[in-house]
Amino acid sequence: MNVLNFVNAFFSDGAHWHGYDGIPTRLVEHVQYTLMALGLAAAIGLPVGLLTGHTGRGGNAVAFVATAARALPSFGLLVLIAVVVGIGLLPVMIPLVVLAVPPILVTTYEAVRSLDPAPVDAARGMGMTETGILFRVELPVALPLVLSGLRSAAIQVVSTATIAAYVSLGGLGRYIIDGLYQRDYEKVVGGAALVALLALVTLAVFWAAGRFVVSPGVRRR
Amino acid sequence: MDSVTKRYPDGTVAVDRLSLEIPDRSITVLVGPSGCGKTTTLRMINRMVEPSEGTILLDGEDLQRQPVTTLRRSMGYVIQNAGLFQHRTILDNIATVPRMLGRGKQKSRERAAELMERVGLDASLAKRYPYQLSGGQQQRVGVARALAADPPVLLMDEPFSAVDPVVRKGLQDELLRIQDELGKTIVFVTHDIDEAIKLGTMVAVMRTGGRLAQFAPPAELLSDPADAFVEDFLGADRGIRRLSFFSSAGLELTRGPVVRADAGAERLAAADGAPHLLVTDADGRPLGWAEPRGLSAGDLAAGPLLSCGRPFVPGTDSLRAALDCAVLSPTGWAVAVDADGRVIGVVSQQTIGEAIRSAHGAGSPGDERTAEEPADVTKVAP
Repeated sequence: MNVLNFVNAFFSDGAHWHGYDGIPTRLVEHVQYTLMALGLAAAIGLPVGLLTGHTGRGGNAVAFVATAARALPSFGLLVLIAVVVGIGLLPVMIPLVVLAVPPILVTTYEAVRSLDPAPVDAARGMGMTETGILFRVELPVALPLVLSGLRSAAIQVVSTATIAAYVSLGGLGRYIIDGLYQRDYEKVVGGAALVALLALVTLAVFWAAGRFVVSPGVRRR
Repeated sequence: MDSVTKRYPDGTVAVDRLSLEIPDRSITVLVGPSGCGKTTTLRMINRMVEPSEGTILLDGEDLQRQPVTTLRRSMGYVIQNAGLFQHRTILDNIATVPRMLGRGKQKSRERAAELMERVGLDASLAKRYPYQLSGGQQQRVGVARALAADPPVLLMDEPFSAVDPVVRKGLQDELLRIQDELGKTIVFVTHDIDEAIKLGTMVAVMRTGGRLAQFAPPAELLSDPADAFVEDFLGADRGIRRLSFFSSAGLELTRGPVVRADAGAERLAAADGAPHLLVTDADGRPLGWAEPRGLSAGDLAAGPLLSCGRPFVPGTDSLRAALDCAVLSPTGWAVAVDADGRVIGVVSQQTIGEAIRSAHGAGSPGDERTAEEPADVTKVAP
């Protein structure tokens, strides 16, 4: 039996579409974890990245934090925190946020820092406030890069959120972990396929968002 | 500006005890080699750079006394590469300052459209984005954006140095035209002495180390450079360039060698003795120079004619333009025409030379640019 047969069998089994262990439930759980982790990471990474990029100060600290965070294994962190604080949402959120902050922080910082200084100088010279410069001159032009940072964070979180199942939570990781225990490879492959699909949908969402929020003057078409 | 100094923490002195009185409603140009502190000086006026010592007064009031954003919003600011906001349309770029000042969206846009026309931008560009415009057009947008809130002061930091010479000349002429209409107090920074002389009512030449070398109207700069540095900076042909400030109105013209193409034999005989004849058409427009020998009356235009080159208009053109015409003319005679292009006479290099000698001797050029010195020079510094 090859992988496609597994996938086919998994999705054609009517039992997989209902109940608390059904695909819709697990999918919604997975998306919830992802959005929560991404929201928290953005709430940390975006302001810090924008501020350091705008002032040009703290670049070394940003690089250090990002490198250190990237070096932490998500799974190890999950187990460690679960041991310390017990099972729950917190040990899942911390590794996911730690995973998502570096790409958001670093690309946002770089995006703002590497902007053409001329429009910023012009804006300051015509009496725009620093906040105005950041949000009305720098951010709109840096937006494509900022979005790309959010996108790679989102993709990583979507695939890594499977570890939630390891600490008895739901999400698509449920199928993979349960399937491995039960030697139900149909379930494992089906769960993995769903995660991959969700990653592709995430890409599409960001592509659409880029079309919608980035000015045609910046997209150059 | 009263004894203004800018010293950086590492000890570098960008501007050294500079005192300058910038006249109202005229163009003051700061010019000098790179690193002479001209841009720093300009940026101290809108407090993009804060002076270390000294005070800058605007209409008698210390710049430090008002909030920096209020100050900057009352001064237009134009920089080298325009610095347009690429995510905004041309119209919205120009409307930036009126919007900041809290004027309505519709009103600001109407004002922006008005300014596009003023700086010579086609209305069809309003919905475009900066990347779709040429460098020269972007610079026009930069000027329009600076003028949008109708500020009394306009600061321009090498605004035209990134565009090619032809476009630059167009922008310079446009600026002079706009200035004629609006009468702003403009401070203009450039490293190009020709630009300084062309645009400036007053020119401040600065030298490396942030010191003022000379502050004078351009004609005076050319006739009496303060020292060897200024003379060197003005370049080798300052004598020729100075002629731009003398009018060609006083030149003595002669009609002797001017003949119409259908002139009769007696008219030709009367002009006999002239080394060359200027043949014109029936309306008096110049056709070209002819050798008088072997010419037959009737149709002079049929024979071989030497090009008469570009003519000059006495009174409108300067002595420099007249001299240039004479130098370029194959016969050494410059052709003078009226505003409609009809020949009013010719003048030899020799005659122009005499006019130059008497003009330089008289000392004060009779050009309108210097005659038009600002009437109300409000004190910018004590």
